[in-house]
Amino acid sequence: MAQYLILIYETEESYAKATEAELNAVMAAHNRFAEQVAELGATMVGGNALQPTMTATTIRSDIVTDGPFVETKEALGGYYLIEAADLDQALAVGKLCPAPYGGVEVRPIMTF
Amino acid sequence: MTRDVREAVAEAHRREWAFVLAATARVAGDIDLAEECVQDAYVSALDAWARDGVPANTGAWLTVAARRRAIDAHRRDRTLRTKLPLLIPPDGDQEPEPELDEQEPSVIADDRLRLVFTCCHPALAREAQVALTLRLVCGLTTEEIAQAFLVSEATMAARVTRAKKKISAARVPYRVPAEADLPERLDAVLTVVHLLFTTGHTAPGGTDLIRADLVDRAVQLTLMLQQLMPDEREVRGLLALLLLTDARRATRTAPDGRMLLLEEQDRSRWDRDAIAEGQRLVMSALRGGQPGRFALQAAIAALHAEAPSYGETDWLQVLRLYDELVRVWPSPVVVLNRTVALSMVDGPAAALAEVALLEDDGRLAGYRYLYATKADLLNRLGQRADAAKAYREALAVTANAQERDFLTRRLSEVS
Repeated sequence: MAQYLILIYETEESYAKATEAELNAVMAAHNRFAEQVAELGATMVGGNALQPTMTATTIRSDIVTDGPFVETKEALGGYYLIEAADLDQALAVGKLCPAPYGGVEVRPIMTF
Repeated sequence: MTRDVREAVAEAHRREWAFVLAATARVAGDIDLAEECVQDAYVSALDAWARDGVPANTGAWLTVAARRRAIDAHRRDRTLRTKLPLLIPPDGDQEPEPELDEQEPSVIADDRLRLVFTCCHPALAREAQVALTLRLVCGLTTEEIAQAFLVSEATMAARVTRAKKKISAARVPYRVPAEADLPERLDAVLTVVHLLFTTGHTAPGGTDLIRADLVDRAVQLTLMLQQLMPDEREVRGLLALLLLTDARRATRTAPDGRMLLLEEQDRSRWDRDAIAEGQRLVMSALRGGQPGRFALQAAIAALHAEAPSYGETDWLQVLRLYDELVRVWPSPVVVLNRTVALSMVDGPAAALAEVALLEDDGRLAGYRYLYATKADLLNRLGQRADAAKAYREALAVTANAQERDFLTRRLSEVS
């Protein structure tokens, strides 16, 4: 088993404009996702939603600035840390991860 | 050393490389070590076969030789094993050294498929899939692959190394995909093999020998896939497409080296045996459910192959097949190719209207065949000034010398 980080990138505007019903649906999908990970035989180690990019602060060479590290159309909005047998299993999990307003990146954790 | 031994080794390299590498990988547990051992085994064969004669089963001999080296390497360097995660055989344990004989075919067959599917994993960029397939499944040297794709050897070496590192770091599994994933994953494999074929087939110039070799490798790979997955209709479809397209090989250039279009090719010199085999495969690939994109492309190629001339081609049927193809494969390139068939059924004006839509769409910006097709249609409509402009647009994005030559000639005809 190896660990992978699933990074969720979505347009923040979509969440701002979403109806309550739409937001509830996304929440429900994330709840369901945790079960689905186990059904696939992978393990959910952890995960969190992040507050919007306007709350981010960036540090580069000791200089502190307001905002995310990179301004992108689809911003980093959350993550899951999972354990999977191999990339195929990690990708199967990634495909189930709710990201209706963007997509996900699947990155293996570095082992030393 | 006699020529016979050299030829036997070269033949064994062409026919058995994937077989030997895959079988060695099981024991080596790592693709880099396996590659090294297989290379060494082939080199040792030059001497051993000169001394003892060429063995009846060259693949078995080479596999035993390579595996022995892999096991020795493990014994010598146990610590190295922990850093070699590239390929993990699912059964995990080290196998005892088996005597290789006819009883193992299904195990070995699976191994070659695993190799192919791993090389063509979607986690790898297309270029990397192609490079890795040529390297690991076909056994081409980095230099040969670099020449085929007109990049420097350093660039190609870096590409292969990066791909292997990705497989290792992200843990791309060494296995044939599950039933549910197979259609998509097989499509990627067939795309890579088809790309190998078109690279060898359409670009004369560069090192011609390597190009013809690419075409042969692509056909052989497809034959191997057909043997290992006899029920997959799209594999048959690809094989049909390759045979039908390659049947025209002898007629694609004029004696003076100039590129000849389908319209101009001497059909009497097309390989009729290949065409017959291709047609047989097409019928088989089309039957039994929704035809895939390779079966449909092959069917179109079959219609061209059986027509006595360009003008007498069953263009209406070609157009119908393109309609199907666009449905299952909505690529703008396919839509563009369809306009040529449309022009033969409904006339150049109708086709031009569709080409205009494609231009507006923007996805084919910089695609030389968009402008070349537009130019040809305008030319057929007698709009010479506009045709000339389009030929210039095509030339601006065409690098291939043969194609430039062709476009320049057409340009001078309308200027």
